[in-house]
Amino acid sequence: MSLPYTAEMMESIKKVEAGRAARIGFEPRRMTADEKTALLQAFHPDYNLDSFEEIKVGPNAGQKAPKELVEILQGESRIKGMDLDLSNPDYDVDVLVIGGGGAGSSAAIEANEAGANVMIVTKLRIGDANTMMAEGGIQAADKENDSPAQHYLDVMGGGHFANVPELVEKLVCDGPIAINWLDKLGVLFDKDEDGRMVTTHGGGTSRKRMHAAADYSGAEIMRTLRDEVFNRKIPVVDFTAAIEIIKDTDGKAAGAVLMNMETNEILIARAKTVIIATGGAGRMHYQGFPTSNHYGATADGLVLAYRAGAPLLYQDTLQYHPTGVAFPSQIYGALVTEKVRSMGAMFVNVDGEVFMHPLETRDVAASGIIRECKERGKGVPTPVADGIWLDTPMIDMIHGEGTLEKRLPGMLRMYLRCGIDMRKVPIVIYPTLHYQNGGIKVGVNGMSEVENLYVAGEAIGGIHGRNRLMGNSLLDIIVFGRNAGQQAGAKCKEVELKELTLSHVDDFSKTLADAGIEPTVVSPKLLPDYRPEGVTRLN
Amino acid sequence: MADMINVYLYGKKYEVPSNLTIMEAFEYAGYQLVRGCGCRNGFCGACATIYRIKGKNELNGCLACSTKVENDMCVATLPFFPLEKKVYDITEIKPTQQVMMQLYPEIYACVGCNACTKACTQDLSVMQYIAHAQRGEFEKCAELSFDCVMCGVCSSRCPAGISHPQVALLARRLTGKYIRPEAKHLTARVEEIEKGDCKAMMEAIMQKPIEELKELYNTREIEK
Repeated sequence: MSLPYTAEMMESIKKVEAGRAARIGFEPRRMTADEKTALLQAFHPDYNLDSFEEIKVGPNAGQKAPKELVEILQGESRIKGMDLDLSNPDYDVDVLVIGGGGAGSSAAIEANEAGANVMIVTKLRIGDANTMMAEGGIQAADKENDSPAQHYLDVMGGGHFANVPELVEKLVCDGPIAINWLDKLGVLFDKDEDGRMVTTHGGGTSRKRMHAAADYSGAEIMRTLRDEVFNRKIPVVDFTAAIEIIKDTDGKAAGAVLMNMETNEILIARAKTVIIATGGAGRMHYQGFPTSNHYGATADGLVLAYRAGAPLLYQDTLQYHPTGVAFPSQIYGALVTEKVRSMGAMFVNVDGEVFMHPLETRDVAASGIIRECKERGKGVPTPVADGIWLDTPMIDMIHGEGTLEKRLPGMLRMYLRCGIDMRKVPIVIYPTLHYQNGGIKVGVNGMSEVENLYVAGEAIGGIHGRNRLMGNSLLDIIVFGRNAGQQAGAKCKEVELKELTLSHVDDFSKTLADAGIEPTVVSPKLLPDYRPEGVTRLN
Repeated sequence: MADMINVYLYGKKYEVPSNLTIMEAFEYAGYQLVRGCGCRNGFCGACATIYRIKGKNELNGCLACSTKVENDMCVATLPFFPLEKKVYDITEIKPTQQVMMQLYPEIYACVGCNACTKACTQDLSVMQYIAHAQRGEFEKCAELSFDCVMCGVCSSRCPAGISHPQVALLARRLTGKYIRPEAKHLTARVEEIEKGDCKAMMEAIMQKPIEELKELYNTREIEK
């Protein structure tokens, strides 16, 4: 396969190559706090006010959210007008876990460990989740020069001090315990011959605490957790989406209305406790951005919880990963792991100049790239989208030939499939919608403000403040997934359910009508629709 | 605008732009995917696919999300394949050759046809890693199988009925849990946390006023 770069790109590569040797061993200056603030305000998509709207009803009324999120939060229920019999449920369990990613699986394993009768429902397969796609690694302060307190400082600073301190405390103090748990389950972390974890920096870390399993870190964790779920014979009802939370007449969460994704059959699950582990929102394509997320990342859990009365936190902040693929088209928007920069690759513009430090926090790095392209006009033009060079050949120059292949096999394979050998030529990247910083508000016990409705993983808001650091999401799904499973697994033993009801769904619908809002979509969205527009078809 | 080419999706002919992946070609043709679509980026194995170019004998395995369409491509997806997963307790089994004999005895019926390796969507040496598993060489099996996405195309081609991805997963977990040396710094830190040794430092930093915390952050030393 021939290299698919245009002649113009090849011209620019010559300039990138000319400066490469001089970049080895050179560390670009990091920005000051003031410089970062100014950059974010001018170029970060979260500050693009035109793309936000006010939420009109519900617990967060009066606050802003991306337009697309407001539309689904104020959407019409999929069961509107249906008279469902809740008295004879199809499933009756202690703990119902909604979502089969890393958080949901961790929660289910711990609930099972606590002796609870737990079931997972997931709208695709168990493991079809952002966890599977997390490449770079998982943070935890387990080295001698590091501490949970040092980790805490990095998390708070990276999140612009908006994080909920108690959640961060839990994250960093349980970090080493989470790694140990995974290690004992048989996750193959990168270790040296003495067993020491091989750890690197991520953007915004002050210590090298990024643990990895090559660049399949999330996949390695996910397939191990999934295997453990199966070993414990935890029932997994796949291709089945939760479309509403059910409550009891006391107002406690008491189950969910489910929908078979293939037959559209409606099923009722009764549960003493419910854990929302539905993940993120990349497939909402906020502001028209491409995404690194899996097919089902449509913020379902936020819609379910919001209708059930649970407030959200920081629903107006999203993470745009600085290095999404800008070219070629078949992998447009896909993630290029931050580990590529941890290993030494730098950002270089069309003229071959380094314009910022490669390991600023993600929001700052993304904004710096957007400025370089939009304001300074120094982007690299490609047939798909303008971007910036990420000078990947630097990695083998710094660490020796063969390093990139060994430590970044997934990245190498992804690009080789497109005819691009990233060991030899740089790649073009541009920010991609990557992570939902905000989500459902929870306490340290993982419970939302609706009794017995727990949340785990990316659906939680507040842990990461307004910007998450690399490697803290894999950590958060394990720490808060296990926590939710333990808490719900204990709590279910004292729960007495009253009669089940969906009156909150009707009430929400009335509130919308009273506010004069006509829903424009049904929600939760469940899956994006990538079929071409302008075609006549019967639905 | 890309050139248009012909593809045959489950045998039905569609004209699609030549720069699409197989997955995008399905969507371009009007399919709203539910099965056979996961991460869309080559990590989850949901979109296992087999295809043949019309008029050629060779049968190819691939991931629909990561493979470009070609003219006269005849495509069938394999959104589910019945792999056999054996249930075990990871805390009770041991990394001995007998484990494979007990849980996956069919690996010893491998006829050496190498169809698994030829079909692998990740270009792994599948037959070779099964050979390591047969001999109880779990670490080598783990290494060679590490990039497996468990799509199951290998198993669909196996005359011996082996569930290769499950064998490899067992070998990796045994390697991770029992064979790789312990991370002593990790064990030590977990003990410290459980004894409460990290509490005082945490309390100290959490009590700091926000301005002081900011100052601490902005001036913190960054490990080289």
